[in-house]
Amino acid sequence: MKTKHVLVALMEDRKGVLNRVASLLRRRGFNIESLSVGHTDLPQISRMTIVVNGDDSVVEQVAKQLYKVIDILKVSDVTHEQAVERELALIKVAANAQTRSEIMQIVDIYRAKIVDVAADSLMVEATGTEDKIDSMINLLRGFGIKELARTGIVAMVRGAAGVTRLAGLEETTVEARDGRTRANLHRLAKQVAVE
Amino acid sequence: MAIRTSPNGGTSTAAPAARITGSRILCESLLREGVEVIFGFPGGVLLPLYDVLPEYPIRHILVRHEQGAAHAADGYARATGKVGVCLATSGPGATNLVTGIATAHLDSSPVVALTGQVSTPYIGKDSFQETDITGITLPITKHNYLVETLEELPEVIAEAFYIARTGRPGPVLVDLPKDVLMDEGTFTYPESIKIRGYKPTLHGNVRQIRQAAELINQAERPLIIAGHGVIISQAYSELRELAEKAEIPVITTLLGISSFPESHDLSFGMIGMHGMAYANMAVQAADLIIATGMRYDDRATGKVATFAPHARIIHIDIDPAEIGKNVRVDVPIVGDVRNVLTALNKHVENARHREWLEQLRTWRLQRPTTQIRETEQLLPQYVVRQLYEVTRGDAIIVADVGQNQMWAAQHFWYDKPNSYLTSGGLGTMGFSLPAAIGVKVGRPEENVWVVCGDGGFQMNMQELGTIAQEQLPVKIAILDNGYLGMIRQWQDVFYGQRFHHSHLLGPDFVKLAEAYGILGLRVKEKAEARPAIERAMAHQGPVLIDFVVEPSENVFPMVPQGSSLSEMLHEPID
Repeated sequence: MKTKHVLVALMEDRKGVLNRVASLLRRRGFNIESLSVGHTDLPQISRMTIVVNGDDSVVEQVAKQLYKVIDILKVSDVTHEQAVERELALIKVAANAQTRSEIMQIVDIYRAKIVDVAADSLMVEATGTEDKIDSMINLLRGFGIKELARTGIVAMVRGAAGVTRLAGLEETTVEARDGRTRANLHRLAKQVAVE
Repeated sequence: MAIRTSPNGGTSTAAPAARITGSRILCESLLREGVEVIFGFPGGVLLPLYDVLPEYPIRHILVRHEQGAAHAADGYARATGKVGVCLATSGPGATNLVTGIATAHLDSSPVVALTGQVSTPYIGKDSFQETDITGITLPITKHNYLVETLEELPEVIAEAFYIARTGRPGPVLVDLPKDVLMDEGTFTYPESIKIRGYKPTLHGNVRQIRQAAELINQAERPLIIAGHGVIISQAYSELRELAEKAEIPVITTLLGISSFPESHDLSFGMIGMHGMAYANMAVQAADLIIATGMRYDDRATGKVATFAPHARIIHIDIDPAEIGKNVRVDVPIVGDVRNVLTALNKHVENARHREWLEQLRTWRLQRPTTQIRETEQLLPQYVVRQLYEVTRGDAIIVADVGQNQMWAAQHFWYDKPNSYLTSGGLGTMGFSLPAAIGVKVGRPEENVWVVCGDGGFQMNMQELGTIAQEQLPVKIAILDNGYLGMIRQWQDVFYGQRFHHSHLLGPDFVKLAEAYGILGLRVKEKAEARPAIERAMAHQGPVLIDFVVEPSENVFPMVPQGSSLSEMLHEPID
């Protein structure tokens, strides 16, 4: 059954890593609904939230293929976790003296903010779940949306046991030099696995 | 670059104070990786490297086209298990590697492709001979790098080789801007490698191995399907131990050929579209499939929904993404095939499956794929069989793609480990000749035979020049039917015999060989085949034999694309 899945991926903050992820998802025919990327508290590590549509086996395949990208450190499907999901939207709505107060009421109800006022428009900044943003946009549509920008969601698992903490990602090193023979290879790679 | 402490507590001592160029640092790095040979073609941005390369004990083989360099590196890698290295200049040189890199990628072959790039200030300006080769090769490499500063060069080389040869092997491309090759710095090679996003799983999960053993111990009609992973991990004796201990018949995928001796009592040929009838029937009747180091290519499985309908499935592979990708699985085991089989064999009990084997033997007698019909004409199958008889199987066959590939798979018995090489995944026509160059360079003591069609041969025949220049005693058998044979076959079977654009005019291959100073022989009659092969074997240098074979011959059996393995077309009985 096709459902929306939210994947959180941690990756090396390197040139081209976004390209690697986007290219992989396109090539394997996975349908991305949204993708957002930014820094984490750890230097050199970026965090990406990817919303994909597909059944469980398709999404499992997405995660496995993502893991094969060398720059990707960890991939978690948080769909079935207790996770907070948030999206930010900037909405420019047509507004005049007659409609301005009504729009402001709606903005209040959704606990959004007016961040810019012009003679014929208001800019609204809203954060929340995807559903909340959708519902607010629906209400504002009647006034005339002049411009809309959405970030796509970012997600984080609730509680202390964050599934995307970098457990096991501490630096591992293996001897590089004498790895030519297969036996050595196995030994070297085994060290990595053990560590 | 940071100097890291080595595991034994010492620090790096490999740092000579002298400042040397990036080209030299590259050569020093390649030496540290044990590189003995590079297949390459120079170009403007690579001149600083080519200027110093002869000063290092690294053999350079000049190809005639960069595609040949990539296939040769791939052939070298497959034949030796070591990383194959190819080198091409920026722009067209780099793009010419692409087919070869994709070929290596699909068949999990450890290749490092080095490409020249325009100097860093010129990147992104559409400069002369600039192309975004890391962008182009992103989906067909295991990983790739654009080296932006000389400081990172040794570390990138160390990582590239490590990634290429470990885990599921694959090609890694390193793009080298000209200014990086010309800059000067001190050389320090990393003592250790740190790639936190890359940790291949090499040992199977113990619980899953126990479960697999239980299934094997209970099975009545078990079947091993051995793939390329057995060869890559060199698990020949472990596979044989499993098969013999529990008396399990073994069939192979196309790339799994020569992972298990084909004259062994338990060997039952190859699975798939042109697999042996009895092998495909075995899959459909088995109650347990032990898929070992394989990835269920659609050419192997036929229609997935009806694949092995009565079987539980154990799937052993080093790449977790292959597990459950195409075919359902009951017991997945991720790990290096050799390690997994070693562990598995400890839990597998001695068993006998007489009835099951009897059934397979009966099927083999009823549908003996390897039988060649008696006829006056020179059949391509007959040529392959003569190759087997003259070499007594002591040869490495490098097959091209198409009918020749299938006949070489069907009519030669591969007892020698890793003795059948071909482009299985990408199906790259033109692979065999340049790949055989790499095979011969890597395994000079072996008899290396190219088996190819006249179509595939013409795709890379410029490499005769390389063979002649290097005096590589590669033997070439062209099964010359004047057609793109497999295309012709599909047109024959599925497209109402409308043979559009599958007939092709070739040159006089014997004269072509002679033009390069290579011994050329032509065989038109059955009686001439064996003496020609014997003469080729006795000849010291390279030989090309043009076997003018029956043009309308088809490969059987044949599972039409998208059909179940149970729905095979068989050779018509005249």
